[in-house]
Amino acid sequence: MSTQVPEQVEEESSADAEQQSAAQQSRMEKKRQNAAARESQEQAEAEEKASSEEDTYLLKVFRYDPEVAGKQEPRFDDFHVPYHKGMTVLDALMYARDHYDSSLTFRHSCRQAICGSDAMFVNGRQRLSCKTQLSDLEEPVRVEPLPHQEVVKDLVVDMEHFYDQMEAVEPYFQTNDLPEGEQLQSRENREKIKMSTRCIWCGACMSSCNIAAGDNQYLGPAAINKAYRFTMDEREGEEMKQHRLEILEQEHGVWRCQTQFSCTEVCPKDIPLTEHIQELKREAVKNNLKFW
Amino acid sequence: MSQSYNRGLIEDFGRWREFSAGMWAWIFHKFTGWVLVGYLFTHIAVLSTALTGAAAYTETIQTLESLLVVRLLEVGLLAVAVFHILNGLRLLLVDLGVGLHAQDKSFYASLALTGAIVVASVPTFVAGVF
Repeated sequence: MSTQVPEQVEEESSADAEQQSAAQQSRMEKKRQNAAARESQEQAEAEEKASSEEDTYLLKVFRYDPEVAGKQEPRFDDFHVPYHKGMTVLDALMYARDHYDSSLTFRHSCRQAICGSDAMFVNGRQRLSCKTQLSDLEEPVRVEPLPHQEVVKDLVVDMEHFYDQMEAVEPYFQTNDLPEGEQLQSRENREKIKMSTRCIWCGACMSSCNIAAGDNQYLGPAAINKAYRFTMDEREGEEMKQHRLEILEQEHGVWRCQTQFSCTEVCPKDIPLTEHIQELKREAVKNNLKFW
Repeated sequence: MSQSYNRGLIEDFGRWREFSAGMWAWIFHKFTGWVLVGYLFTHIAVLSTALTGAAAYTETIQTLESLLVVRLLEVGLLAVAVFHILNGLRLLLVDLGVGLHAQDKSFYASLALTGAIVVASVPTFVAGVF
């Protein structure tokens, strides 16, 4: 009904033309100006829209949900996400979830590569999605859950086995003797284990490891790295080091590593995993070779 | 959880285009290793049939060497053996913890060196068979 209001006004004004001609003219002028302004605004909006369409990223995201009839067969969904400078894969996934499909499921928490929740298989490689810039990736960006782990839903995988392996190496500081006061570490020793302490338990290395995929008992790069961190820690003492090496020397311990370097390549914290595993292999050899 | 979806081995060798240097080195090393084991048994089997006397041995070798296929297989054997040796040295360095940052470069180097040696050996292996 509101559209009829100006018509009525116009009829009135035409009937009373002489009296209101000045007012009419100024009003028409205003109207024209408004129209022009509106037109230019529309044009600007259209341009903006066009430019933003150019600046979208196409994400192909793995979808699967055993509890929903239509998603039991895994598929890839396309999401066109508007890009802004500095946007990460995680940002794009969050945008897709918030604006397009609220059922899109993935783990994330801190968004700054420290919680280790959001390791995913992005464009054929295990990456932390929160520290992977979209601008570094080729389009379309293919986002899949971590390989070699069972998919629970969409991008969420079952991490239970990974955590079991991590816990198998006793990933905590322990000594047999009661410490006398503060247990200080030498600078050199700290420097030695520095890289291995960076692990955030994201599971990218384990997922990239071909051997871990075929051998469920294999400790895996992350667990061995964790063991390295404590085996090399001098404060634990010789007896504890022996105990740790006994865990690592088992058939499915360090010996399963065949130096493919996949874990070292994908580690988001740049831990030299293969180097650590190799060093533990040498420690294990030294531990067992006795010349007498 | 019990009905969660397992993607099996699809993401392994189906993704060979995305393999990095270390992975290729591993695959080639396994492959060349098995080829060498296979060759060793063939070698023993064939030569053991020619042990009845000097003449029989010479005749067997001459017959084999007159075949183009055998000459080409010899080139292949050399390629496989040289790569296995060079990558073996690379793995030795990796086991000793030497130069792990350059492990991809040493793989490319062993590939290139293998190629060069094989190409250089072709005239010797194929001489006289055509």
